[in-house]
Amino acid sequence: MHELGITRNIVAIVTEHAGDRRVKRVALEIGKLSAVMPDAVRFCFDVCSKDTPLEDAELEILETPGRGCCLECGAEIALDQPFGRCECGSARIECISGKELRIKEMEVY
Amino acid sequence: MCTSCGCSEGALPTLTDPETGETVAMGTARDHLHHDHAHAHAGHRGNAQQVHAAVHGTTVTLEADVLAKNNRLAERNRGWFEDRNILALNLVSSPGAGKTTLLERTLTDLASELRMSVVEGDQATARDAERIRATGARVVQINTGTGCHLEADMLARALRTLDPPMNSILMIENVGNLVCPALFDLGEHTKVAILSVTEGEDKPLKYPHMFHAAQVMILNKIDLLPHLRFDVAQCIENARKVNPDLHIFCLSAITGQGLTAWYDWLRKHVSGTKPDTTPP
Repeated sequence: MHELGITRNIVAIVTEHAGDRRVKRVALEIGKLSAVMPDAVRFCFDVCSKDTPLEDAELEILETPGRGCCLECGAEIALDQPFGRCECGSARIECISGKELRIKEMEVY
Repeated sequence: MCTSCGCSEGALPTLTDPETGETVAMGTARDHLHHDHAHAHAGHRGNAQQVHAAVHGTTVTLEADVLAKNNRLAERNRGWFEDRNILALNLVSSPGAGKTTLLERTLTDLASELRMSVVEGDQATARDAERIRATGARVVQINTGTGCHLEADMLARALRTLDPPMNSILMIENVGNLVCPALFDLGEHTKVAILSVTEGEDKPLKYPHMFHAAQVMILNKIDLLPHLRFDVAQCIENARKVNPDLHIFCLSAITGQGLTAWYDWLRKHVSGTKPDTTPP
């Protein structure tokens, strides 16, 4: 349940940027390989945002697919786990996207 | 208890120095940042721009990495270790894989040869710190309360009390958990994942984030193999599927089988963390 701590971080960062404005919407980018479950973040968000400028804000989550680059042949492959195997047979895959855990933007009143 | 996040006094991380018996709370602004702003939004919207924004909202681009603060503090720890030529190892496993037993054995066997100190991480109690202290090694205990992993700021605070010597090894025993510690960089040199043969061969596949993030895997309790249906070759194959570059040691912290290779690895890396640039 690291999503609770992570959601607390999200609320803290947005609160800091919002200052005295109320937050209408928060957009997050969560990669499929980030080991963070969007549904768990949604669940925690309602609890963590209570009594903050984010209370009742809409939470938008953009899930980025995992992609890797084969370190042997350079081919790009789709990853649904933090590891994989390239068609060339190599298991040396560097993850190039899907690990994002980022607050993209917020909409404030 | 705070109804916003469920945190309470007892849930805040604490640091215990078994030598002095002193326990201090490690609660930081991080934990309660949201409380400070609790009612900041009950404000006034006077001018036209604000009235417009009140209806439509204004979009503000943030592009903020959620773990940036932890990563920044971890880099600070990493620099601190490099300056002091300290080999910091982050030991991660599920509960009961034998992290503390392996540490006790390693500290005892190499006591005359390598300088080592320990940061223990558990949700509660200083039992592990007491076990480590019994070996004669310097140790501090972090209790994370409800937290399921150590974070870089907790380690930084522990280092101030522990004050590990230069040219030494720091063993950080993380909270027993194969999920969360993979996400939180502490500034360590190497993550060491410990798996025991009483768990399944497929654990590296089931917890790929951890085995992917680790550079070393220790397969512990191999003295129990005659009593179990555990396929070592299959386990190693699974681990390499997740992380082909994993350095793997098979050992028993109880009987001592296989420990030599692990000790050689420690000897090699403690001298190799920083090249000696001092003039003769």
